[in-house]
This record gives sequence, structure tokens and C-alpha cells, in this order.
Amino acid sequence: MQIALVCSFVRAEERWIYEAFRRAGVTVDMVNDRSIVVDLDRLDGWRKYDAVVLRSLGYWRALHLARCFEALGLPVINPFSVVLTCGNKLLTTLTLIRAGIPVPHTRIAFSVDAALRGMDDMGYPVVLKPVVGSWGRLIARLNDRDAAEAVLEHRDTLGAFVHHIYYLQEHIPKPNRDIRVIVVGGQVVASIYRHSDHWITNTARGGRATRCPLTPELHDLCLRTAMAIGGGILAIDVFEDPERGLLVNEVNHSMEFRNAMEASGVDIPAYIVDFVQQVVRYGWEEAHMAPVSESRS
Amino acid sequence: MASGVCPVCAASVPVASDVLLHELLTCPECGAELEVTNLSPLTFEQAPQVEEDWGE
Repeated sequence: MQIALVCSFVRAEERWIYEAFRRAGVTVDMVNDRSIVVDLDRLDGWRKYDAVVLRSLGYWRALHLARCFEALGLPVINPFSVVLTCGNKLLTTLTLIRAGIPVPHTRIAFSVDAALRGMDDMGYPVVLKPVVGSWGRLIARLNDRDAAEAVLEHRDTLGAFVHHIYYLQEHIPKPNRDIRVIVVGGQVVASIYRHSDHWITNTARGGRATRCPLTPELHDLCLRTAMAIGGGILAIDVFEDPERGLLVNEVNHSMEFRNAMEASGVDIPAYIVDFVQQVVRYGWEEAHMAPVSESRS
Repeated sequence: MASGVCPVCAASVPVASDVLLHELLTCPECGAELEVTNLSPLTFEQAPQVEEDWGE
């Protein structure tokens, strides 16, 4: 078996995945996505690989790479459809709603005036997010109409076209933390709290990780979420609403997991490598039904 | 242990013997995020700035 681990940089996560493949006796090539030139008439150079593990940092780049590799018939983890859905908050929310997954109340608007009407109707505070973005960037909690008018004017004037889609989400009064759950294939493998005194709890913004008990409710919610998205290697972010309980905020397709590993003690790269091998051997659907290996049971 | 030179502050930056091409490191002196852009000779460049669609 030969795997291409396609990435933008080698961070701790990529190194750990690479080393886990090697420990498993799998031949793995680290391929930098900035060096790739794909001849669409001749994809032969990639045929030596049994699968691609895609860890590109950029959403746009990952989408195009996934599509190229899938055109060759290579399994891509995560596939184009999963990357597409996870990287766009509107697509994620629509997918989860259709699957009956509880999410924060959300509205979409396509002009400043419409966004203001939407926010006024939702009631403040309202959280404004870019439809494409990560690490808590450009997320604004708008506490009143004045703040909404100011931020929307800035987005409208200074932002690129992607910022002219206004994703409006209710503000959830969560208990200074959220929950991140790691799902690999059909298995929930780890769950952590991300604590922060700031309302944005991403660890990229300083959130601190601790182990989170994996309750049956949380397990069921995240497994259903992963299946609704299309499966794969996912990090699911969950809010605890004091009245409505667990709500899925977003799903990440190219997760960082150093904090989850440290807090949970789970060997996440080992699960990833095992899952990728199952995909190669049995196909995408079957890999999501494969049992946990004895070494981790 | 091998080492390279930080392009920002010129400090010596030690690396593990199995350092990988395009690996990210932090300069222990100035804190700059560095990318390994060549293994022989060991060369660093300042890591690119985060782009708007980067993330998880």
C-alpha cells in the first residue's frame, strides 16, 4: 500500500500521521501541495498511490486538489464532497438541518439591509460569521444595532465578494467552553472541552483543552453528524445551550488535533492510519463499519 | 544535532536529525515561525502569512 500525504506544511499533526503510517509499515510520501503541477491529460504519475490523505491548509486549494485526485479514481481522505460541505458554514448548516441535527438558529442574507433586518428580527446579540473561514477569524458578536451597522459597513466596503454573504447565527450563552469531538470513520475516538473566558473558544484563539466525558447523547449526536456530512476524519464542534442542550456549531474536515491528543490521551494518528487502510482495502462505505482493532479496544 | 540559521534574527536554530522538508519550527530566540525550505544545506524561510481560507 502506498499513500500520498498531501499537505501545505509539516506541522505536528502531519508529522504524527506520517510517522504513524511508517510504524504501520505503510509506504507514505509527503507531498507538498505548493509543488504540485497536475497535467489533467496525464494523471498517470499519481496512479502509484492507493489513496491520498489530504491535509492542505487552504479550503480553496483542498477542493481543487480533491477533485483532481478523485478524477483519477483515487480515494481521497477527506473527499471533495466532505471538504466542500465542511468548509462552507452555510452548506454545513443546511446539511445538518436536513439530517435533523440540532444547530443554533441561523439566517443568511445577501445585502447589508437584509442582514440588518435579519439581525433585528433575531434579536441581539447576534454572531456574524464569514461563510468560509476558520480559527475563529472574522467572527463578530454584535451586541446591538449600532455594532451591526458598523461591522456590516466594514464588511461591505472592505471585504471581498465572499464577505458579502452574511451568515447570522444566534448567540449561544455557553458555559465558557465548547466541546470538540473527533470522529474517524464510524468511530467517535476522542472528546475535549475547550475552555476560554472569551466567547470564542478556538484553541487557535487561546482556548484551553481538557478531557470531556463522552456521554451517550454526545456520542450519538456526533456520530449522526459525521454520517450526515459524509464521514471521514472530522472534528465536530458542539455548544451546550442551557435550554436546548447540545447543538452542533460546525464540522472541520482538516482538523488540528494536538490539543485533543494531549487532553484525551488518545492516539488519534493511529486511528487515522487504520481508517485509511480500511478505505483502501474495503472502500469508503465499508470502512465506516470496520471494527476497532484489538490494540485500541 | 543539526542546526540552521534563523532568517529573521540570525540565531542558530537546532533541529531534530529527522527534520522534514516544509516542517514548521519556531526560532527559540526571536519566536519567528520558520519553514524548512531545504534540507541540504539546512535552510529556513519565514513561514508564509496565514491566508484567508486557511484552517481546519
